[in-house]
Amino acid sequence: MPIRASDLLTLTREGLYCPLGRFHVDPTWPVERALITHGHADHARSGHTHVLATPETLRIMAVRYGADFCQHRQEARLGEEIRVGDVTVRFAPAGHVLGSAQIAIEREGARVVVSGDYKRAPDPTCLPFEVVPCDVFITEATFGLPVFTHPDTRGEVRKLLDSVRLFPERAHIVGAYALGKAQRVMALLREEGWDRPIHLHGAMEKLTALYKEEGIPLGDTPKVVAAERKDLHGAIVICPPSSIQDLWSRKFPDPVTCFASGWMRVRARARQKGVELPMVISDHSDWPDLCRTIRDTGAGEVWVTHGQEDALVHWCGTEGIRAKPLHLLGYGDDGEAEPAPAEPGPETEAAA
Amino acid sequence: MNEFAHLLDRLAYEPRRNAKLRMLQDYFTRTPDPERGYALGAMTGTLSFREAKPALIRGLVEERIDPVLFRLSHNYVGDLAETTALIWPTPRDLPPSSAGEGTLRSRGGRDEVPQEGSAASGDGESLYEGRDLSSTVAPPSRDFVPTRPPLTRGPPAPTEGGGDPPVGLGHNNPPPHVPTLAEVVETLATIPKRELPRHLADWLDALDETGRWALLKLVTGNLRVGVSARLAKTAVGALGGHDADAVEEVWHGLTPPFETLFAWVEGRAERPETLNPAPFRPPMLSHPIEEEADLDKLEPEAFSAEWKWDGIRVQLVGGRDRAGVQVGKVYSRTGEDITGAFPDLAEAISFTGTLDGELLILRERRVQSFNVLQQRLNRKAVTAKLLEEFPAHVRAYDLLTLDGDDLRADPFVERRAKLEALVTRLDHARIDISPLVPFADWEALAAARADPASVGAGEDAEAIEGIMLKRRNSPYLPGRPKGPWWKWKREPHIVDAVMMYAQRGHGKRSSFYSDYTFGVWRAAPEGGDELVPVGKAYHGFTDAELAKLDRYVRNNTTKRFGPVREVAHGREAGLVLEIAFEGVQRSTRHKSGVAMRFPRVSRIRWDKPPAEADRIDVLERILARGEREVAPGATLLEKAG
Repeated sequence: MPIRASDLLTLTREGLYCPLGRFHVDPTWPVERALITHGHADHARSGHTHVLATPETLRIMAVRYGADFCQHRQEARLGEEIRVGDVTVRFAPAGHVLGSAQIAIEREGARVVVSGDYKRAPDPTCLPFEVVPCDVFITEATFGLPVFTHPDTRGEVRKLLDSVRLFPERAHIVGAYALGKAQRVMALLREEGWDRPIHLHGAMEKLTALYKEEGIPLGDTPKVVAAERKDLHGAIVICPPSSIQDLWSRKFPDPVTCFASGWMRVRARARQKGVELPMVISDHSDWPDLCRTIRDTGAGEVWVTHGQEDALVHWCGTEGIRAKPLHLLGYGDDGEAEPAPAEPGPETEAAA
Repeated sequence: MNEFAHLLDRLAYEPRRNAKLRMLQDYFTRTPDPERGYALGAMTGTLSFREAKPALIRGLVEERIDPVLFRLSHNYVGDLAETTALIWPTPRDLPPSSAGEGTLRSRGGRDEVPQEGSAASGDGESLYEGRDLSSTVAPPSRDFVPTRPPLTRGPPAPTEGGGDPPVGLGHNNPPPHVPTLAEVVETLATIPKRELPRHLADWLDALDETGRWALLKLVTGNLRVGVSARLAKTAVGALGGHDADAVEEVWHGLTPPFETLFAWVEGRAERPETLNPAPFRPPMLSHPIEEEADLDKLEPEAFSAEWKWDGIRVQLVGGRDRAGVQVGKVYSRTGEDITGAFPDLAEAISFTGTLDGELLILRERRVQSFNVLQQRLNRKAVTAKLLEEFPAHVRAYDLLTLDGDDLRADPFVERRAKLEALVTRLDHARIDISPLVPFADWEALAAARADPASVGAGEDAEAIEGIMLKRRNSPYLPGRPKGPWWKWKREPHIVDAVMMYAQRGHGKRSSFYSDYTFGVWRAAPEGGDELVPVGKAYHGFTDAELAKLDRYVRNNTTKRFGPVREVAHGREAGLVLEIAFEGVQRSTRHKSGVAMRFPRVSRIRWDKPPAEADRIDVLERILARGEREVAPGATLLEKAG
C-alpha cells in the first residue's frame, strides 16, 4: 500500500506528529521525542525527553532554557539523512534565524516538508532558504495577505540612519525580537556603514554573544548601563519590543521609538504601538514569497499551520493546489499570533 | 511625489511639534520649486482639483487583484487607500516565472516592449536609464531642471526620480516614470474626468508604497496629515527667520506653488505683494485667569472688561479690488477662508477694514447657545433654510484696520472708539458691538461673572462663558502675548464618573496610561444599573497624580485592546474621577448619546465608592437646560414651556 501523507504527518494535541517516526515537530507541550525547526520560544520549548535539532538551535535552546533543557539531544547536520523510527528525516536551511531548518520527512518516495518559519529574503545572519521538492508542504502564513510585501531591508535601515542624522541629539530605541531580528538589524546597520557602537538592552546580550561566537560579525555592542542612558545622544539602542514603551526607554534623551517588524507594514498597527519610526523588517516570508515557495516545492497539497490562512488557502485553490488550514494553536503565540488588537509582547516577535 | 509621501509618512508617526517642524524645514530646504510649493498647498488644504471616488479606486484594484484577496486584505487593513497602496502589484511581484501572485496585471496601453533580459547584465545605472525610454506620460519631466529655470540660490539637486531604484525591480520591466507632486497636481487640475483612471493607474505603477498611499489620500481628498496649516507656515517662515504671522500676512494673496513666498523667505526676492484686497491678519489671543489670586497682580483701572461669548472667533475683512468692486471675506481664527459658508455675513461687509469678533447665532436678537451654532457649522450645502433658521451674526470687539489705516499699534481704547463709530455707522442687523462690562474692582467683576444677567447681560447671559479683560493701552499683537488680554471663564460643570478604560499617552507621557475614558450610571436594558462611557479626559492632574493613576490602571486591568486597557469598573470596584466640563451636547458617536465639551479631571476621588458616582440624568438635565444654561451658578431666566 502506498504511503499516505497522514502516515507521515498528522495533528495531535501537542502539535504536528509523525506516526511512523514516533516524533513530534515543534510540539507546544513536552513530549518524548521532538524535532525542532528553530530556536524561537513558540517552536522550541523545554522539557522534551529527546530533542533533534541543528547544532545552532540546540545551543540557542541551551542559552534560553539552561543546559538541561532536555534529557537527550542529538545534532542534525544540514543535508544529512537521519533515520528516525520508520522514516528518514533531513534538515534543510529555512533562512529564518540562525540555525533554522525545514524538516523533510520521507518514506518510500513520499515526502512531507515541515518548513517551520521561513523567509526567502537575504539575511546576513543565517543560511538562505533551500527549496526542497515535496508532495505535501507545511507552511506558515504569518503574512499571508497580498498587502504584505516586505520592502528591501536596506531602505528600512536607511530610514533609521536618516532619522539619526536629522535628530542627532535624540536616542533611537529600536524594538526587535531578541533572537534573530535584533542581530539581523545589527548586521544590516553594519552593512550600511554604521560603525559606532550599537547599544543593547540586557535581554539581548546572551543571544548576541552567541551569534558572535558562531562567527557573525556584529561589531561593538555594549550593554546599556542604566545610569548612562541619559547621555546616549544620537545612539542606536536595540531592546525587546516590550521595552520600547517602558519607563526603561524613557530615560534616554528624547527617545525616538522605532520597531523592526513585518507588522509595521500596516500603519494602524504601528500607530497602535505608539511607534514613531516603523521599520518593515521581517524574518517571515511575505505574500509573494509564500506563493513562490509553494510553487517552487511542486507540492500537490499544502497545509497552513498558522497566520492568515484564509487568503493563502484561497490562493492555492486558484492555482489548483489542495490546501487546508490546520489552525494550529500555540504558534506565534501566547495568544498573540495576531498582534491586533492585543499588544504584541516579546514572544509575538517570534511570529513577526 | 515619493519624497513628499515619505515626509507625510514620518509626520503622521511623529507626535512632537518641534520634531514635525524640523522635518518640514528639512523637506522645504532640500526640495526645489515648484514641488515644495505644491506640498505646502497639500498640507494647507489650498489645492483644488477633481477628486477620485472610492469606487473608482476599488475598480482599478480589482482589475489587477483577485477580488477575494482584496476583500480579505481590506478587512484586515481597514483603510481603502492603504490597502490599495500595499496590494498594488509592482514589477517586483512579477518574477518571470509567474504570471501573477493572483495578481493579473494589464500592461495594456504601454508602448514599450518588455526587453527580455536585455538589461540583465547591466548595473543599477543602466537600469535607470531605462526610465527615460519608458515614459508614457509626457513630458518626461521627472527632473525638475528642464521644466523650470534653475534657481540662483536654490536648494540642492532634486532627488525625485533620482534616488535608488526599488530593489528587485524586474530587469525586463524598465521602471515607469515617477511623477512629481507638481505633475500630479497640474495633471489633475486639467484632465477630463474620463482620463483620471488611466493617469491614476500609471502613477500607482510608478510610485512606491508610501507614494501610492499619499497619492490615494490626496486624490480622494482625505489628506489629513498630522500637521496643521499653521505649523506648515511656521516651517516655511523659519527658512528665513520669519514667524508664522509674517507668513499669514502675505498668505492670502498667494496660490500654490507659492514660488514668490519661498523666494521671499529665502531672501531672493521682495516680500510678495498681496493681491487679496481683503487679507487675513493673525488674531490676538488671551491667557486664562486660573484663579482669583491671579487678579491680585493686575490693577483693575488699567483694564476694560467684556463678556466672553461662547461662539466662534472670526475676522470680517472688507476691501476693494483693482476694479473697484467691494470684496468681503470671513476668516476663521486660523485664517481659513469661510466666506462660502457665511454668505449672510459676507454681504454685511460694506466697509474697508478688518473687524475682529465672535460669530453667534441670533434669533429675535437673542444669542443662541453653542449647540445651536454648531448646527450651522460644518455644513456642506448652505441652503436658504439653513440661513433662515440659523442667522449668523458677528459681535464685534476689535478693529485692526480701517480705510487703509493699520490701527494695530494704537491703544485698545482708541481702536474701540473707532470700532463703536464704525458699527454705529454700518447700522447693520448682522453686526453689533460687544458691550463693555463696567466694574469698580475685581470683586464687582467676580459678581458680574457669576451672574451676568445682574449687570445687564439680559437673556444673552446664557451664551456667556466668562469675562474678557483687555488692557486699555495695549496694542493689537498677533499670537498670544502674555499680559494684555486675559480670559476669566465661569465655573465649570462637575460630574463624578467612574474610570472605565485607559490609554497610553504620547510624547513625555508615552509610557503612562494618561487618557481616561469614564462613565456614569444608567439603567441597563436587562435591569439593574450599568456604566456607560460619556467622555475622555487626559489632563487636569499633576505628574505625581499621573504616576499614581498609571499604577492604578496597571494594577486593575481587566482586558487589553491594543494600547487600551479596560479597568475594573462596577458598583464595588472602580475609581471615581471628578470631571469638570463646559457643557453637554447630543452625540450620535457616543453610546450614551451625549458628549461633553472640554472634559478634564478636576479631582481624583480615591475615597468615593463607584456606586455613588453620578447618573446619566445629571448630564441629561444639563442638556435639557442646555439651550439656556452655559454653566452652573448663572441665574436662569426660566421661561414657561
